[in-house]
Amino acid sequence: MTAASPDRSFLRAALGHPAFVIGFALSLLFIALALVSFVWTPFDPTKLAIANKLKTPTFEHWFGTDHFGRDMFSMIMVGARVSIAVAFVAVGIGMLIGVPLGLYAAARRGSLVDEVIMRGNDLVFAFPSLLLAIMITAVFGPGAVNAIIAIGIFNVPVFARLARGAALSLWTRDFVLAARVAGKTRARISAEHILPNIANLLIVQGTIQFSLAILAEAALAYVGLGAQPPLPSWGRMLADAQTLISLAPHMALFPGFAIIITVLGLNLMGDGLRDLFDPKLRRGR
Amino acid sequence: MTAYLLRRFLSLSLSLVAASLVIFLVMEVVPGDPASFMMGINADPQAVAALRTQLGLDEPLPLRYLGWVAGLLQGDFGVSYTYRVPVSELIAERVMISLPLTLYALALSTLIAFPAGILAASRRNSAADLSVMGATQLGVAIPNFWFAMILVLVFAINLRWFSAGGFPGWDAGFWPAIKALTLPAIALALPQASILARVMRSSLIDTLNEDFMRTARAKGLSRGQALRRHALRNALIPVLTIIGLQFSFLLAGGIIIENVFYLPGLGRLAFQAITQRDLIVVRSVVILLVFAVIVVTFLVDLAYALADPRLRRRRT
Amino acid sequence: MPVLSISGLKVDIHGNTVLHDIDLTLDPGQILGVVGESGSGKSMTALSVMQLLPHGSEWSGRIEVAGTDLATLDEPALCQMRGRDVGLIFQEPMTALNPVRTIGDQVAETVRIHTGASRREAFAIAREMLNRVGLGEDRFPLDRFPHDLSGGQRQRVVIAQAIALRPKLLIADEPTTALDVTTQAQILDLLKQLVREENMGLMLITHDLAVVAGLADKIAIMKDGEIVEAGPTREIFTAMRHPYTRALFSASAHVPERGRKTEPGDIPVLSVENVVRDYQQPRRNLFVKPPPFRAVDHVSFEISHGENVGLVGESGCGKSTLARSILALDGLQGGDIRLNGHVFTSAGEGPHPELRARMQVVFQDPYGSFNPRHRVRRLVTEPFHLVRDPPRGTELERRIDRALTEVGLSSSDADKYIHEFSGGQRQRIAIARALIIEPALIVLDEAVSALDVSIRAQILDLLAGLSDRLDLSYLFISHDLSVVRAITDRVLVMKDGKIVEQGETESVFRNPQHPYTQRLVAATPSLEAALAAPAN
Repeated sequence: MTAASPDRSFLRAALGHPAFVIGFALSLLFIALALVSFVWTPFDPTKLAIANKLKTPTFEHWFGTDHFGRDMFSMIMVGARVSIAVAFVAVGIGMLIGVPLGLYAAARRGSLVDEVIMRGNDLVFAFPSLLLAIMITAVFGPGAVNAIIAIGIFNVPVFARLARGAALSLWTRDFVLAARVAGKTRARISAEHILPNIANLLIVQGTIQFSLAILAEAALAYVGLGAQPPLPSWGRMLADAQTLISLAPHMALFPGFAIIITVLGLNLMGDGLRDLFDPKLRRGR
Repeated sequence: MTAYLLRRFLSLSLSLVAASLVIFLVMEVVPGDPASFMMGINADPQAVAALRTQLGLDEPLPLRYLGWVAGLLQGDFGVSYTYRVPVSELIAERVMISLPLTLYALALSTLIAFPAGILAASRRNSAADLSVMGATQLGVAIPNFWFAMILVLVFAINLRWFSAGGFPGWDAGFWPAIKALTLPAIALALPQASILARVMRSSLIDTLNEDFMRTARAKGLSRGQALRRHALRNALIPVLTIIGLQFSFLLAGGIIIENVFYLPGLGRLAFQAITQRDLIVVRSVVILLVFAVIVVTFLVDLAYALADPRLRRRRT
Repeated sequence: MPVLSISGLKVDIHGNTVLHDIDLTLDPGQILGVVGESGSGKSMTALSVMQLLPHGSEWSGRIEVAGTDLATLDEPALCQMRGRDVGLIFQEPMTALNPVRTIGDQVAETVRIHTGASRREAFAIAREMLNRVGLGEDRFPLDRFPHDLSGGQRQRVVIAQAIALRPKLLIADEPTTALDVTTQAQILDLLKQLVREENMGLMLITHDLAVVAGLADKIAIMKDGEIVEAGPTREIFTAMRHPYTRALFSASAHVPERGRKTEPGDIPVLSVENVVRDYQQPRRNLFVKPPPFRAVDHVSFEISHGENVGLVGESGCGKSTLARSILALDGLQGGDIRLNGHVFTSAGEGPHPELRARMQVVFQDPYGSFNPRHRVRRLVTEPFHLVRDPPRGTELERRIDRALTEVGLSSSDADKYIHEFSGGQRQRIAIARALIIEPALIVLDEAVSALDVSIRAQILDLLAGLSDRLDLSYLFISHDLSVVRAITDRVLVMKDGKIVEQGETESVFRNPQHPYTQRLVAATPSLEAALAAPAN
């Protein structure tokens, strides 16, 4: 190995990894669509124009119009905003709560706190995720915020478990023992030695959870428990399309493609990152 | 092995108790007064009071919880507020659709995933591997309800091979019923099959790299023999976990798919109950699904112990 | 006819040549020792004979097994050859067996795939073979699973399946490296006996000259993918024509120069008194709490100022647990540990930082001892955390500089990452990390066990020199008696959590008193003894 900076060799490896490049480009495309939608959309996505309804794609309306004559492309742009925001915050909640819990449980392995954290995780896993999400939004009312909470709750145990498992194997490593011989506290070792060494794993899982959250948000919105009208969302666009599926299949196709491409992009990026972070695979390069 | 299973059983029973507490808290305590929650803001105060008495809401919380659990243990889920019939009857009827649908989807998913995963792992980096990986990558990204709509569009509306929804009932005969469940099962199974195939592949690749696989080859087993006799059973252990998780995912995923196909299953019941604020039905369906998940988890543990002799002796 | 003859073998993996121009022959009933350090290509030679080379490998040259040219065989024919004509035994018995199948099943499999034997016949042969390798019927029925067996027993199962069809050639790749010395001696005896009785040819691959010296008829010494010297064992060792042979030999028997002994002070650097360490055992039965497992059982000893004390024992004897307790990584169930007369361990938050700074540690694994994300500068200065007023600025630079030069590295190494160093260099950095805070005692937990012999000799020299110059005391923990003998003044022998014997190193090794020590010393392969023995 050379003394070249690790960051630069990482970048070079990343650019040579086709799955990562494609995934990254697709993810970036949708983030860009979402950001652009704040300043510009081809049409006002909330403006009804019944005269124009159910148009198949034309030069003017790239993805056609829906049953109220709204421009589908504009709606998808604004929908990306909702999907990404909900998924981002939900995964963020999962990480911010789950990772410290997992690190704490690993640092105090076998203690009562560890036991409580792990049993709590099992409990959340015992609920079919979608069901509890529906239950929460049903009791607290539908809306983007409750969707975030419902999806976020399921991310907590995912990250807690991952962090704990990875941290436990690091706690037995000699460099952590050396840090303990150097008198460092468990909290400090967790922050200084454990967290940086599990960060890769967390990032990879983060992208995967992000894609799962987008799917979950779409599902909630599809049953009417996500973001509420007039804000467009991919899931609700599909719900609208369902009754008209024989009449206007394009209404179902485009939002579906938007979801698939976004999730596909995130998953490809996650897989790519996993390969790139894996020292065994990188050495072979 | 008995100690291991007994331990798992106790731990899962505790989970069930904890889950029932959570459900009780979310459904009975969080909404404030369940009776007025169920009847809405504009309800007649007298009617609300009547419902309160009917639900036993005047009793203290711990007693209400215990009463609910005692009822559950006897199979008494209470009486639905909207349907005015015992919830157990409603559920019994709906389970006959949701459970077969779940098992059908699980069987499809396994039947697709195993060969695909094994093929991909045994011919790593070949064209077959790359196509399986590409297909599963796509399969994971497709929302099942969207896939369901596309299936309806193609096979029900255009080709007219299947009906677009509804369920003839088991009285109409086995095959018509199975036929009605086929599109929903495919829609449910496809994304799960993709996940399972990927897990199968990576688990098998890990196993193929084990030292004992080299031992097997050194004994004179061909690549294929070594794979069949030594790798598969070891690779199955993590796959079992995923199958267990998928059961609960499919059971719950039914909520949405049943809505797409207008199937009168548990999920549709739960969903309708939620929109009608029938908390008694909602909590019954939820606890039933949690119970199912826990039973399946236990079965997976049992399968673990059968697949892995080390567990028959060891602790967790 | 030789059972194995290799000529002009060359192997490339992804274009890198890993073997050049290998020539070897092995006759029936003979043992050929292939010796070399890691990366010398000895395992690749074995895999070439089995035709189980990794993906992307290409080979040329000629390999004949019992007169059959391997190049003429297709894959099905090679499968027929493997297991029937050639048996292979691996280094790691813990992972070489399939965990979900019984031992009988796995031994019988060799028989069933090569002969048309019925299940019953194959199991009968399996039974016979397991008896043959010393796993008797009463204690080792065929339906036992590998996880019930110890490492040595598993290695016997692996041997049983390799010899089930009485192959003409047996290849053993470091078969005893993962085993304890007493088990190693038994396995080597077993192999030797099988070779003589079955008239097999055995190719024994090892890094340990002492192992082959007492066993092999012929030796091939490998380095960087080539055979540097080959011939009858005795001739090789007496003539030592090649410089690498000489270097390997002297490194294997290396005893570092040790300076004068320091006068023991009044207060011992370390005093361990009646230390007890229990582990909670996992429950087998839900309702009965099992008794705790006593890993360290009333152990007492002292280390004086400047003294090097060895702690030897086989795996599971409790020596690592004792080390963890001494380092205050785990709490104690009884007794106490004093450093310079002050109580070092206590339950709860552990020792006072300034006291802790008097004792440092070097671990076995040169690859796992460092956080891969930090530069050497940060790695070696970690113990300064223990000092109330850590050095800064130029003083810090001076200390880093001194620690690195003490261990034979240069000050420019401070800005590198750990992956830029070899295993031996990493172990030097680990020593620098221990030294930087100027401790009185360093615990060396198998600190040279993972290193090749030539690197090991250098590190031992370094340690001996540092101890003399800086008046350091060592607690040197190892399973390797010859290393302990080379570097320590006094030795403790541990078995089942107890110290069974202690005394001056030389006298303990020359004249062991406890039966266990006698067994250990007798089982340890010795180059000198092997060469002094009369030719058979």
